[in-house]
Amino acid sequence: MSGFYEVNGKQVPHDEEGYITNLSDWSKELAEVIAKNEGIDMTDEHWEVVNFLREYYDEYQIAPAIRVLVKAMKKKFGPEKGNNKYLYELFPYGPAKQACKIAGLPKPTGCV
Amino acid sequence: MSEVKNFLYVNRKAPHGTIYALESLEVVLIGAAFEQDVALAFLDDGVFQLVKGWDTSELGVKNFQPAYTALGDYDISKIYVERESLEERGLSEDDLLELTYEDEDDDWAEKSSIRIVSREEMAQIMRDADVILSF
Repeated sequence: MSGFYEVNGKQVPHDEEGYITNLSDWSKELAEVIAKNEGIDMTDEHWEVVNFLREYYDEYQIAPAIRVLVKAMKKKFGPEKGNNKYLYELFPYGPAKQACKIAGLPKPTGCV
Repeated sequence: MSEVKNFLYVNRKAPHGTIYALESLEVVLIGAAFEQDVALAFLDDGVFQLVKGWDTSELGVKNFQPAYTALGDYDISKIYVERESLEERGLSEDDLLELTYEDEDDDWAEKSSIRIVSREEMAQIMRDADVILSF
């Protein structure tokens, strides 16, 4: 169901899957709220992925598919972080899907 | 794993004014995410999709041109552009985006994905494709 996230007394609209409707509504506080909703406690490692996704989106205007995210993470952070296992441990319900939601990006293209 | 097919996405329309270019790009990224063998063809006004320096600020649409440069990340290394279509529009390869991929078989060397082909070669590329999706 679509609805709102509550951040500092402000309502931020999201779609039926929890992705925010206006990408410009994003803030660090909002990310924490979305993460909590997903059952995730944001650590530095989570932030690293979320920030990386935001940078990727900034450059390419798309949210990368998981395979592409893994490859790009590997390139930037090395194989110990650029692998499926690591990312699924951080974001159990799908790294691309969950991390993009927290990062305030659209659902990744090709993510079913 | 099921058999990998050669998909050819044919782009014939200008990037703006219709939704075809953006829809094509989205389908391409989906197809590539499912590890199909994906190639793109640009001909007719479709070549304008690759002409660098879009400015969509007056159009009220997102500038999705940077997404073409992500195609390499999706292992898309075959982007065919028809020479005659370029020439008929007063364009050359220099007007196009630089699109690259990393060649796994050559120590991940960065190479250009753009291949300028003649109309005749384009016809052969279409004959060789298993699946053609036209936009």
